Parts: sequence; C-alpha cells; structure tokens
Amino acid sequence: MSETHSLIQIKGLRDGLLVSLDDAPWDEQRAALLAQVDGQPAFFQGARLALDVSSQVLRVNELVELRDQLSERGIALWAVISESPTTEQTAQLLGLATRISKPRPEESRQFSVENLGEETALFLNRTLRSGTRIEFAGHVVVLGDVNPGAEIVAEGNVIIWGRLRGMVHAGAKGNRNAVICALDLSPTQLRIAEEVSAILKPRDNPKPEIARINKAGKLQAEFWSPG
Amino acid sequence: MPAQVITITSGKGGVGKTTAVANLAVGLASDGAKVVCIDGDIGLRNLDVILGLENRIVYDIVDVIEGRCRLKQAMIRDKKLPELYLIPAAQTRDKNSVSPSDMHRLIKDLRSDFDFVLIDSPAGIERGFKNAIAAADRVLVITNPEISAVRDADRVIGILEAEEKGPGALIINRLNPTLVKNHDMLSAEDVLDLLAVELIGIVPEDENVIIGSNRGAPVAFDPKSKAGQAFRNIAKRLRGEKVPFLDLDSTGGLWQRIQRLTGRK
Repeated sequence: MSETHSLIQIKGLRDGLLVSLDDAPWDEQRAALLAQVDGQPAFFQGARLALDVSSQVLRVNELVELRDQLSERGIALWAVISESPTTEQTAQLLGLATRISKPRPEESRQFSVENLGEETALFLNRTLRSGTRIEFAGHVVVLGDVNPGAEIVAEGNVIIWGRLRGMVHAGAKGNRNAVICALDLSPTQLRIAEEVSAILKPRDNPKPEIARINKAGKLQAEFWSPG
Repeated sequence: MPAQVITITSGKGGVGKTTAVANLAVGLASDGAKVVCIDGDIGLRNLDVILGLENRIVYDIVDVIEGRCRLKQAMIRDKKLPELYLIPAAQTRDKNSVSPSDMHRLIKDLRSDFDFVLIDSPAGIERGFKNAIAAADRVLVITNPEISAVRDADRVIGILEAEEKGPGALIINRLNPTLVKNHDMLSAEDVLDLLAVELIGIVPEDENVIIGSNRGAPVAFDPKSKAGQAFRNIAKRLRGEKVPFLDLDSTGGLWQRIQRLTGRK
C-alpha cells in the first residue's frame, strides 16, 4: 500500500505504517498528516505509526502534541526517525524508538557517517535518568550523572563529568582504543569494543577514573592522576 | 482561586500512590480546603475502598467522559469531610477508555469549584500514566527506599522532565528508621542523592496505614500515627506552609543532613 500526498508519503511496513515527511514547515506537515488520517479513518484506526521527519528539528512539546493527536485518532506513534541528533534525543526522551527494523536507505547512512565522524562529540548538559538511551556515532560528553538504567552507546570515547552508575559502551563499532572516564566510575556495566566488565564496585571516596583495554586485552579501570 | 491540580505517580506498583492520595486529600480537607480526588487507575480501582466509599458508587469517570451522566453525579462526597469528593475509576473498562484530552476537559470543569484536584495515577508509564499527568500542574513522585522503586521513580522523573511537567517533588514512603540505622535499607539521603529532586515528605513505615486502609479510614485521621502526621505535614506543604520534617526516632544526625540537602529548616 503506497499513497502520495502533497507533503507526506505513507508506506506499509511489515509491522505498521511508515510516514515520511519532507522539510516543509512543521505545522503544515502535521496538518497534512492529520488531514490524511481524518480522510481515511478506517484505514488508520489502530495503526502503529513510524514517522520519518528527515532533518526537521523537533522539540518535546511538538512531538508530544502530535503523539496525543494521533492517539486520539486511535493511532500509536512508536518511532521517530530523524537525521537531526536533537530530534533523535527528543524522541528518545519520550521513549520512542529511533530506528525501525527496516534499515534506512544506504545513502542517508553514509550521509550521517560523513557528518558525525570520529572527531565529532555529542555534549549533554544534564543527568541521564533511567530509561534514557543515547546512541551516537562519535564521542559523548556528559556534564551530569548517568543513573542506573541509563545507557550510552558511542563509537568514540565517553567522558562523564559526574557519577557513572548506568551502562556505557565506548568504541561500539570495534575501536579498542576508546576510553571511558568518569569522576565516579561505579557503572552497572562497562563495554569497550567487544570487552565487557561488570566488576567495578562503588567506592566510599570516589576518585576520577579512566577505563581502557590494557596490553593484556582486558578492560581495566585506573585512577586518574595529574601529569 | 482556581484549583491546583496534583498528580501522584511512581512508576512501580505498590509503593503507596493510592494511600498517599487518600491521606493527602484527608489532610487538605481537614484543614478546610475543597478537594476532589480522581482515581486514574481505570480497571483496577482502589481509591474508593481506601476512602471507604465503595458502596456509594453509582457513576464513574468513564460515564462522565462518555456523557452518560453529569460530572456532579459522579462525585461522591466523603462520609466525614463535607469538602472532600471522589470521582471513582471504572472497574469494568480499561485505560484506553480515557484520553489525555478527556482529562484536560474534565479538569477544566473542576478547576473553578475546588482548591485541589488530586489524581491517583496507575503504575507503569503507559496510557494510564499519560492520562494522569496530562492536566497536572504539579506531579508528586512517590517511592520506597528500595532500589527497584527508586530506579522506576528515576525513569518517571526523566519522562516528566521530557514532557516539561517539571521534575516533580518526591515523597519517600515506608521508611524504617531502624533498618536505615543498621544499613539494611536505603536512607532518605541515598534516595535523594540519586534522584536529585525536591523532597516534600518522608513517611515512616507504620502498621496503622494498613489498618486504616482496610477500614476505609485513612491514617491521616489518626492523630497518634506518625505516618498520619507525615501525610498531614505534606498536605500543609502543598498549601505553601513551611513545616519542619518529622524527627523519626534514632536518626538525629541524618535528619539534619536531609534538612540541609533540601534547604528546609
């Protein structure tokens, strides 16, 4: 089932509908989508909907509003796919998936790799609470805590200026030189490349630590010392 | 003055959401405020039992939303406190019978007639929870001093922040000072350290809470119960009064530290 409208494209997937929007103003896109839905209520009733918003930068209240409007029409929004890291974060904060089982077209993947290379970092100036998952194709820097139940998966290094008590995977695409640092390194679990470590215990007097894969090939943490 | 709409939620089940709603409602109404509680746990209603109003239910919240009765017909007046009302949940329907915009409409109609609207959220972070927080001005997150409950509270606070409902204020329920002293239970300080939100009350473990719930007479009616006192104090704080935290037995030094942490004296 495929359907074209002036602004939006709707495709049937194995497990629901994929709606693709372009870069037109958000309000117009949203109105077009809702008009489409209201025009064919029987077709949309009970649907699971994934939304590809291209490079739109969306804030929490915009996504919440759309989700509620869809929900009133019996449609469950479960995923938002975006090229914008801000929108991806917004979607993750709302507990929406940011990937669907069907991979994105190859060209947009390459596009994102070009733009988010090894030297790019995502800076998060807040505490990551349980249930938050950050995935990033570069380094991740957090000014805040990473609470138990929160997860960071980065292709580069992960630096936590705060307490790390959740799960962090650095060098997720296999970079064994990646490191994980935190002011208080008491994670649920650490991973660098394919190595996994869960033996780090909370300490009474935490000191900054840096975890890396040592010469013997084991994931190990040591205290940071100046100089 | 229009009503303050307060939702009590937790993520995890069984930590005391419904008990807290009942007791805060009793605390507020005993001080003369006009209060209506809404049971948001559609399909698993409890608040009516704890308030002792089960046998007076004729209409429920879904009847109001679906237009089978007027709002006033679904409001049950409390036996002892004439300024306290309950809008019960439907027992034979599910969470999908109500939408966030239904809640907005319902609350809009209540705002002008009451000082406080208290909403009891179901456990979880799905539809029922979303309904319960949709129209809230303020959200109280309740947790027990145990790791699983705190982890769920953290998740809920994260969602509240993402939905721009503010970080909420925290109630720590069922704290046992003796267990804390022996390092067998998380202290209030441990919980606050992780959640990093404003603390609005600590309720000690108290068997009178269960007795009161079973009798349909919330413990806030009991002048001798410590838990009842703690709930009455939270009710006063909701009205903007400065009330010092209870000094629970054998935890002197700890309490001063908590007061310092939360900026209350």
